[in-house]
Amino acid sequence: MATMTAEQMLPIEERYPQIFRRPLYKRFTPLLLFAGILLYLIYVLWFFSLPQVLRDSHWERLPLFLTQWISYDLQPEFRLDQPEITPKYPRFSALGENPDPDWVIKNANGTYTILIDGPAKSVTFDKTQATIVANGQTIPVALTGGKPVVSGSVPDWVTVHDDEIVAKMGFVGEVRVTVDRVKVRKRFLGWANFVFDTRSPFFGKPASEVISLIISGPELKPGTSNLALAGDNIWNNAQWQHGDVWTKLLQTIVMAFLGTLLGGIVAFPLAFFAARNITPSGVLSQVLKRFFDFMRSVDMLIWALFFTRAFGPGPLAGSAAIFFTEIGTLGKVYSEGLENIDDKPREGITSTGANGLLVQRYGVMPEVIPVFISQTLYQWESNTRGATIIGAVGAGGIGLKLWEAMRTNSNWANVFYMVLLILLVVFIFDNISNFLRRRLSRTIHDYNRIQAERG
Amino acid sequence: MTLSVTAPSGATHQMADAWRRQTSLRRFYTVLGVGLLLAAMFASMWFADEANAGHFFDRLPHILDFLSWLIPKDWNDVWRALFDMASPHDTGTQEFNFPLGRVYVWGGFYIPEYFELMITTVNMALVSTFIGFIFAVPFSFIAARNLTPHPALRQIVKRFMELLRAFPEIVIAGLFAAIVSTGPIAAIIAIGLHSIGALGKLFYEINENIDMRAEEGLRAVGANWFERVRFAGLPQVLPNFMSYTLLRVEINVRVSTIIGAVGGGGIGEELKLSISRGFGAKTLALVLLLFTTIFIIDQFSAWLRRKLVGEQAFMMGA
Repeated sequence: MATMTAEQMLPIEERYPQIFRRPLYKRFTPLLLFAGILLYLIYVLWFFSLPQVLRDSHWERLPLFLTQWISYDLQPEFRLDQPEITPKYPRFSALGENPDPDWVIKNANGTYTILIDGPAKSVTFDKTQATIVANGQTIPVALTGGKPVVSGSVPDWVTVHDDEIVAKMGFVGEVRVTVDRVKVRKRFLGWANFVFDTRSPFFGKPASEVISLIISGPELKPGTSNLALAGDNIWNNAQWQHGDVWTKLLQTIVMAFLGTLLGGIVAFPLAFFAARNITPSGVLSQVLKRFFDFMRSVDMLIWALFFTRAFGPGPLAGSAAIFFTEIGTLGKVYSEGLENIDDKPREGITSTGANGLLVQRYGVMPEVIPVFISQTLYQWESNTRGATIIGAVGAGGIGLKLWEAMRTNSNWANVFYMVLLILLVVFIFDNISNFLRRRLSRTIHDYNRIQAERG
Repeated sequence: MTLSVTAPSGATHQMADAWRRQTSLRRFYTVLGVGLLLAAMFASMWFADEANAGHFFDRLPHILDFLSWLIPKDWNDVWRALFDMASPHDTGTQEFNFPLGRVYVWGGFYIPEYFELMITTVNMALVSTFIGFIFAVPFSFIAARNLTPHPALRQIVKRFMELLRAFPEIVIAGLFAAIVSTGPIAAIIAIGLHSIGALGKLFYEINENIDMRAEEGLRAVGANWFERVRFAGLPQVLPNFMSYTLLRVEINVRVSTIIGAVGGGGIGEELKLSISRGFGAKTLALVLLLFTTIFIIDQFSAWLRRKLVGEQAFMMGA
């Protein structure tokens, strides 16, 4: 590649002084900006005491929580200090009333074997000793002394505490052994009892049996058809609360729809009076514009809290909050849209002697309606997301349910279920709104093209 | 001017009929569409009313009752609450304990509690927007059809940003609240992640509309991907990027207050407490402060955006 000599460079530099000899302040602006941002970041680091927060945080919980989104566990406990060893399951465990899972095996010689991940990861025990198998190693634990004792060397996946031995087996679970009990946690991929909960008569039956019961089986609950019973059982599933979740989801959708639509209906006529080029009075225009600013600046949160107090918690409060914010937002964008229109059609209509209303109808509306609809759709889309958040402060919808499910830190699978539903709704609405807006923008585009062709 | 009028021929009649049929069909669709929309609206109203704790027409006469608690006994209490000055009505209850919240900086100089909280909220918004910006810029160049280093990479980044955008912020906030403890940091992470998706989408749409001649020139002299993006892409799009980032700051201030209200700290939490306990003076002080701040930020950002990219900054949708 040819290299330029200094002599060749010089004339170029002289030809473009605005690029090569810029004034000092311009040359140092990026540097100053950078330094400013850096200083601000240091300040924020101190302001939020980030190092302290990071030191106190529990990042090890993150993978744990994330696995709980898509899995569930069962925690049988075996008391060794009773005459006979029997498995005990927590109340409301995913196995239902009389659990008898095939991974808990009572051997002929009285010992129990729990298969946590097949025989390769398992524990076998009686009252005197336990044998933990995992990672190709076999760890015998003696239980006869005052505390559990591992005979032989202790691998790193086993932790020996004072009175307890914990064997972690990764995702599939863990075993905790003390002298008087063995506690097992076995983790399963998937969502437990997603369709029927443990109280349902359909619980635990394979899909084919459920279908044949619904089609032609004897009535499981006299007086109700099996189809209605199944539907009722699914809708009222105690663990997943499908009915409640879907109702709340519908509330969120309704909040966004109602708020945006009503906001649009109110903002539409007001925008004509606020637009500089259409308004009959400059004062009115200014007053309306400040009113729009006010409605927008009194945040959706404030409206939501007020209306929650006024109407009580529920979607009515949420709709009203979105409605009030949207009057401001849509009023502003509508009036800005009106200010950007081409004045010629209006002049044409006015010259025919049409009255004010007709001028707006035939001179302005054809031009702005596609833009207005497009902007309203855009707001509808973003409000569908916003409605989820304001729901959490009590304004109805799925937000509060989501927030409550998260607060206990134990219900992550339910959280994920609701997140998936929200993602689905947002995805569908995005696509509807995108599709409609693309069609509208084609209309706008065509209009502009025809205008341009006519000169 | 002379007009020569000829009797309408059969073809003209046909055209007129076709036009009439077309307009009436169009009108029918419009009426049908509006009718469906109105039906959906009334159905939604009924549904929202049914599901609400208090019903619309039962509560409507009491709206003013509810607003009456907002009116403080002494209007000066609003200023006292705002600036943490002692109130003569202070009887030790939380309603009037204004000076308790003072944040002393040095000596007798203090920042009033609500200003401190407002600063927290604004800082939350700024930092999360910064996070969004830093990640969205490289992502947007990878996701732009004309500048992407690899089409497969482009799809991955685009889908990832879509996911970030659609994922409910309170879930991320709630998840991180359990990890880094409740407070502003969890909220910042949540809003920051969302901002990456939101800004990234706007950015890559700008990138796809740039003038590619500069890029061609750089390609001709053998510049690598980074150099092409830096010297051909970035100078063209930076003003627009800044404009959208400022718009994002406005949005994020609002989102920070809301996330704050559900446990993220800042002014949102205080406002929620104050309204739920019915503290008139405190609520008014908070609303006033929040309103003024958002108003100032909006106006400032609008002014700056107009300076950066002109009237184009105010076009959206379409």
